[in-house]
Amino acid sequence: MASYLIRRLGQAAFVLLLVSFLIFMGVYAIGDPVEMLVPPDATTAEVNRAREALGLDQPILIQYGLYLKGLVQGDLGTSFVYNQPTIDLVLQRLPATVELGLTAFVFSLIIGLPLGLIAGYRAGSVTDDGIMNGSILAYSLPNFWQGLLLILLFAVQLRWLPSGGRGDTGILFGIETSLLTLDGWQHIFLPALNLALFNSAMVTRLTRAQVQQAMGSEYVRYARAKGISERRILIRHAFRNVLIPLVTVLGLELGNLLAYGIITETVFNWPGMGQLLINSINIVDRPVIVGYLLIVVAMFVVINLIVDVLYTLLDPRIRLGGNKA
Amino acid sequence: MKRIFGALKAYPFALFCLAVFALLVVLALLAPWITPQNPYDNAAVDFFDASLPPGTEAGTGEFIYLLGTDALGRDLYSAILYGLRITLLVAGSASLIALCVGVLAGLVAAYAGGWADTIIMRLVDIKLGFPTILVALTVMAVVGTGLGNLIFALAFAQWPYYARTTRSAALVEVSQEYIEAARSLELPPWRILMRHLLPNSISPILVVLTLQLAHAVAIEASLSFLGLGTSIEEPSLGLLIANGSREILSGHTWQLIWPGVALVLLIFSVNVFGDRFRRVLNPKEA
Repeated sequence: MASYLIRRLGQAAFVLLLVSFLIFMGVYAIGDPVEMLVPPDATTAEVNRAREALGLDQPILIQYGLYLKGLVQGDLGTSFVYNQPTIDLVLQRLPATVELGLTAFVFSLIIGLPLGLIAGYRAGSVTDDGIMNGSILAYSLPNFWQGLLLILLFAVQLRWLPSGGRGDTGILFGIETSLLTLDGWQHIFLPALNLALFNSAMVTRLTRAQVQQAMGSEYVRYARAKGISERRILIRHAFRNVLIPLVTVLGLELGNLLAYGIITETVFNWPGMGQLLINSINIVDRPVIVGYLLIVVAMFVVINLIVDVLYTLLDPRIRLGGNKA
Repeated sequence: MKRIFGALKAYPFALFCLAVFALLVVLALLAPWITPQNPYDNAAVDFFDASLPPGTEAGTGEFIYLLGTDALGRDLYSAILYGLRITLLVAGSASLIALCVGVLAGLVAAYAGGWADTIIMRLVDIKLGFPTILVALTVMAVVGTGLGNLIFALAFAQWPYYARTTRSAALVEVSQEYIEAARSLELPPWRILMRHLLPNSISPILVVLTLQLAHAVAIEASLSFLGLGTSIEEPSLGLLIANGSREILSGHTWQLIWPGVALVLLIFSVNVFGDRFRRVLNPKEA
């Protein structure tokens, strides 16, 4: 286990280094941010001074070297626009993004698990067909359009819920969260539902496949022969087998939540990390773009690592460090 | 191929979806001839007709705005068909490029093995660790908006899916006797790859193509919605929806709804067909 972990950590570090190089080169090699940042009537001398102050007069490889040096000390550079360290900007917005992602994750399980159970139990029936085509529809609905329809229906037409923003927050363990106030719940409900729909389709399909497989298995036939009630067979025997593959897609799901969260945050004006990214791209705030992307890449690398380790722990048949692992 | 369509006959809904997709492609191709207005031609657009509801007659009295007009006075029906063209052009070319690159990489990895296999599959694994939309978004943030850049970003984000599928399909074939026979005849490697390995690994690749095409359409729309996709002069469906979303409070709901309906029809029809196609080829999963 230890050598496996060390090797995976080495791979993770390599991926981070590679991606940081690609992103840094891409973002810094194209265009001139100074032109965007100085007032239009600035003189050449002023432009040059601004360029020097931002360190942009150095060769690109030296800039990257200095950036890496800062990186290992936890310094992701300073925003050109907000004049704050990038890491602070991103971390301020992290709780809102995590809270939205986790709520959406719970929503996706609440929607997906029961539907998948029913479809898998009645595999081949009209109900099954309906649920499966419904799940295709759910992941065919572009996330942003579906969110706009939710706003149109619940905020504009019915006026039941607010159309965007985060609402009142309470403090839990020193972290601000909307989950403690009614106003917060009213604000998070639509964005979380919007973000959950895609994943709930995935959970539904996965649960169905597992349940269907389990229902045709020897141990379910044996349980039936023993006279155990259908309900108990479904919950205790079939459902349990859903959990292991669910852990493997957990990583995929968290990844989707992070990535599609960018869109949900933009649609619902949710003050999270994704919205920061889109704003920074629009105003060419390079340190924030690079810093955000590196933080997200690091999160992905960690998520993938944890999922792989969890998977091997849950299912001992999967050999650690086996060939092509 | 015949066998596959024969098997699909049992699923009328999937065939119906295929027909819907074909219809959308035809409509997009014929757009200049079946729309009353070229929405990109400022001379043809009447600004005084801005935000008219569906069914209103044009100010010139020449035709009726079937789906209404947008905030700039463009006929929405025309704009949607022209947008569909852009969407299909971007997603289609990106999918074809990703297909070519990915299939070639997968075939080489399976056939050559060794370090070529290791390098290619390591790259594929790195990419597959991240959602496609995040990769495409990152590329667009670096290279900027525009049609060519968008096609590049989508192809860059999608080729690994083709590579992985092609490699695993081709690996099964590589150990077969006919490949060994071709090898011992000393046929050139490209001939073995293209004439022997590829035709026998093609079905799963086609499944990936349909599902990734739908995905490309969705991602293109999302990026355009975020302002990181097509430019304003060549609006795709995603950009039309973005424009419509600004009118959400003024009650001009048709500007938001109809471009979205067109987009969903496109993605859904491809997805249903692709899903059924996958199950026909892979009866174990059905």
